[in-house]
Amino acid sequence: MTISPSLRDTMLGAVPSLRAFAISLCGNVDRADDLVQETLLRALANINSFQPGTNMSAWLFTILRNLFRSEYRKRRREVEDSDGSYAETLKSQPEQTSRVEFEEFRTALAKLPSDQREALILVGASGFSYEEAAEICGCAVGTIKSRVNRARTRLGQLLSIESLNDFGPDHTMRAVLAGNDRP
Amino acid sequence: MSDRKSDKPGPMDIRPTPTKRGKTNPGLGREIQSKIGQQLRSYYDGLLEPTPDRFVELLRELDKKPSGTESSE
Repeated sequence: MTISPSLRDTMLGAVPSLRAFAISLCGNVDRADDLVQETLLRALANINSFQPGTNMSAWLFTILRNLFRSEYRKRRREVEDSDGSYAETLKSQPEQTSRVEFEEFRTALAKLPSDQREALILVGASGFSYEEAAEICGCAVGTIKSRVNRARTRLGQLLSIESLNDFGPDHTMRAVLAGNDRP
Repeated sequence: MSDRKSDKPGPMDIRPTPTKRGKTNPGLGREIQSKIGQQLRSYYDGLLEPTPDRFVELLRELDKKPSGTESSE
């Protein structure tokens, strides 16, 4: 199993985004890292089925997503870390205010059905087209579109409800957030 | 290798789609929609870190070894 340096660099270049995707899928950095590692191993073992010139990122995302899905089916518990402790392990800590938003957003995101969540992230954050996202998820483009729409709608409901009524114990933080809402 | 448009994160925008037939949700304003897009990207950006060394080393190691060293489970 020898791969060219350029292929290796392309794989490594895809890792940060692949890893962010994994973290948003499983909500846990350590598990995400294991997923990424497993993905890279699979990719190398099957490197002959990768067609040079096609999108390496999309290929790796497909592998990772499939691994996650099969693992999830086995484990049957997806959100193990819903209290936010996982974010502590991130090296780059967001600023105080954005930290509040970060946590709020993460919580809302975790409430979405996983098929909606992955579609939204692939298209809205990882930078894939609807077509690529459809390939990654093994479904029709129209399905991706409707998942993304439903995800956005649901997030909008969750976020506006939570920021108005139920933002948690800290009034200062609530005030900060409210103040930040209106630039 | 000219076709690498999607190797970098972030070029796609989720914007509120102003002229969308079949309104999605009457209660969901454009403001909220664009804020969701923003928050999604900053959430994701918050997760982006440089490639951890373990993966660099992993690929380097595997590259040295002869074939057939995949961990099989």
